[in-house]
Amino acid sequence: MAKREAPEVNAGSMADIAFLLLIFFLVTTTIGVDQGINRLLPRYEENPPVPPINQRNILPVLVNKDNQLLVNEQVVQLKDLRQTAIDFLENNGEGNCNYCFTGKKNPSSSDHPDKAVISLSNDGLTTYGMYIAVQNELVAAYTFLRDREAKRRYGVSFSEMEYVYNDPASKATEGLIEDLEPKVKKIQEMFPMRLSEAEPKKNFN
Amino acid sequence: MSKFKKKKSGGTPGISTASLPDIVFMLLFFFMTATTMKDSDLKIENKLPKANQTAKLHKKQYVMYIYAGKPSERYRNSLGGSDRVQMADKIAPVSEVRNFVINERASRNSEDEKYLTASLKIDKNVKMGLVQDIKQELRKVDQLKVNYTTSQGNPVE
Repeated sequence: MAKREAPEVNAGSMADIAFLLLIFFLVTTTIGVDQGINRLLPRYEENPPVPPINQRNILPVLVNKDNQLLVNEQVVQLKDLRQTAIDFLENNGEGNCNYCFTGKKNPSSSDHPDKAVISLSNDGLTTYGMYIAVQNELVAAYTFLRDREAKRRYGVSFSEMEYVYNDPASKATEGLIEDLEPKVKKIQEMFPMRLSEAEPKKNFN
Repeated sequence: MSKFKKKKSGGTPGISTASLPDIVFMLLFFFMTATTMKDSDLKIENKLPKANQTAKLHKKQYVMYIYAGKPSERYRNSLGGSDRVQMADKIAPVSEVRNFVINERASRNSEDEKYLTASLKIDKNVKMGLVQDIKQELRKVDQLKVNYTTSQGNPVE
């Protein structure tokens, strides 16, 4: 008997099948946009205690319902907010902050970065887009100062250190978190992010 | 006589499509790895505001999503035109945020709970009154880690 050869499988429809799968995945999935501004909310309290803070250590930032900014009782454009915040945080009014380099030592502005508080209050009708823009600029001010300090001390930017420190996947690498913890804590201590948010005033007109 | 066959005359040779499946599979694998499954069907407009001081969110198992925005055109008749909150496929009042967080927590590994972050995907035209209400609810159930999810870009423009 003659040897019968196995018939070849027709692969012509392979492309069609693959296209079908491809189109299915194109339709049912989205490219991830998962990034944003991380924030830790304060714990809920019925009557929050009012800590004694010197008036000059507070930078009041108000946003009204027309998305206009009032910083320290002066109208400020959004693009100038970052520099205003940096100047305020680094003012070094007491003169004993040895890591403030650009501070003007204005006696009516903040004493020391670890005492400076930025107080943000917005109207109930402020749009979320404006709120995020303001948050973004204020976070940028802190990030600028922290990165500068971290680069000077450890040669790595703070944002990088913090990401690795907070990543659950870093648990796998032994000693990594233990190594980063004191550094992250130290920088956070030098420039504590004190961003206080007031309850928005309800406005129904 | 000649040992060599003469080339067939006339007609262009057909293009081989044998590598087509390989190319398509390559595309397929790219999309399978680079994208994530849509987890909920949005009934609201959701144009995220821009920001550039952002941090990446960690793995999906540590994240829960809360959406807010105006109902999209299709649902405007039934839901009205004011800002609403959506959590996992359902439009719900703000007071439901609490139950949603508790349910999400219960459905995760208890070890992951301290990493659990609430991702707030809020339309840029939503008024702060609603956002503040959501935050208040989150604070009441001690869900303090939040991420204002944004798209990449410079907000000062």
